[in-house]
Amino acid sequence: MSAVATDIRQAVEDAAAHLYVWALKDIPQDLRDALVEAQGRETSVPGRRVLDTIVKNVQVADDQGNLVCQDTGIAVYTCRVGEHFPLHPVKIYEALKAGTERATLEHPLRSNAVHTITRENTGPNTGYRLPIVHWEFIADWDGLDVKCVPKGSGSENMSFLKMCVPADGVRGIKEFVLSSIVDAGGKPCPPGIVGVGIGGSADYAMYLAKEAIARPIGTRNHDPHVAKLEEELYELLNETGIGPMGLGGDVTVLNCHIEHADTHMTLNPVAVNYQCWAARRASVHVGPDGSVDFDREA
Amino acid sequence: MATHEVTFPITDEAEILKLRAGDEVVVQGHIIGIRDRTQIRIFDQGVEPPMDLKGAFLLHTAPGVRKLEDGKYEPVCIGTTTSARMVRFTEPLGAQFGVRAICGKGGFPDEAIEPMQRLRMVYFAIVGGAAALETTQIEEIEEVAWEELMPECLWKFRVKDFGPLTVGIDAHGNSLYHDVQTAATKKLEELFARL
Repeated sequence: MSAVATDIRQAVEDAAAHLYVWALKDIPQDLRDALVEAQGRETSVPGRRVLDTIVKNVQVADDQGNLVCQDTGIAVYTCRVGEHFPLHPVKIYEALKAGTERATLEHPLRSNAVHTITRENTGPNTGYRLPIVHWEFIADWDGLDVKCVPKGSGSENMSFLKMCVPADGVRGIKEFVLSSIVDAGGKPCPPGIVGVGIGGSADYAMYLAKEAIARPIGTRNHDPHVAKLEEELYELLNETGIGPMGLGGDVTVLNCHIEHADTHMTLNPVAVNYQCWAARRASVHVGPDGSVDFDREA
Repeated sequence: MATHEVTFPITDEAEILKLRAGDEVVVQGHIIGIRDRTQIRIFDQGVEPPMDLKGAFLLHTAPGVRKLEDGKYEPVCIGTTTSARMVRFTEPLGAQFGVRAICGKGGFPDEAIEPMQRLRMVYFAIVGGAAALETTQIEEIEEVAWEELMPECLWKFRVKDFGPLTVGIDAHGNSLYHDVQTAATKKLEELFARL
């Protein structure tokens, strides 16, 4: 889908409004394939019942034009901004916020945003520091990529951080990831994507774990040491027997993705961020002329 | 593992006692939507719920709805939330109000097993996130109380072929979640030994 707009701020707002609803309704093909593959190899009776229902639900959402899951989540956006893109990030943020509000009111979507102390609703999926936007700035480029990852609370509540020490080694990372997913049980709506962030600092490790869940399923880290760990954890996690919705079975996770950063010589942080089976994501590429190109698979 | 059809609210507790952990269940009749803030109001703030919960099936939900001109609500997208946050309300729901079934996703921890056995209650596992399908099984939103808690109101839904659900905890002291966690914890020891 492509279009050209003269008002670049309006183009970003319109794109954001479309992106949020679209992400909630039309899950990516790699996820659809992974769910069908999981359905095919699950042998437990309750586990198979769960996967049959999931696959049927995706079809019903398509047929009825409805949301896959009622939890419209917290709207999280990742922006890659080219240094020559003609709209300042301050204005990009305003446009994303306005687009989130419009999508929520016009559809309408359930509004989840509350003040963290009073628990009173703060607006149409917006509030102080909501939506959440992560930024990356790209040299020698004039475009903007926005990825929307509406993340539900069931899976976000299953986030874990451990400041392992260097003496814990890679073994400590593996043990922590495995224990976390067993502790989470059925709560984060398995089978989903286990995002792991290693290295950096405490805050950065969790950010990396969130980045990891937003990758297309089964893509591997560019660093062969990390890619090997992804494969190993993926196999081990599916041996835990937690199964679909925690009812027991062969398929506990659809995959395991890891993002890493170099770290301090005395640090070995490991963060786990779970993404549910309804691993929603959608992207748009915005050109310097306001042209938009939506991309379900990025 | 048997398959059952049960109509709620129930009047005969045999309907609950015939269900065994792992069984498949499809529900007809009326179910009541309830969530964190609804139960905090009932039990922590001591406000009597304006709906009869005797023999009821409770669903852990905060529906997405559209308000119509006549004041009624129509479903937009209705799904189910994580139950574990609300486990402490299980005993008083059964003892004070006669609730017979609680349905949610992700299961209850072991502290729910004893009161569910004593009070003849069951926990039904729904497929979390499968809201598009669940919405088609809700025929009508018949009543809404405590609208100021939107969307965490008290909702009365009429349903048709609601499910398939899995009996996660039965009224005989069995819990699939307990069994899966016990086996997984044992398996972890084996996996750690291989690392």
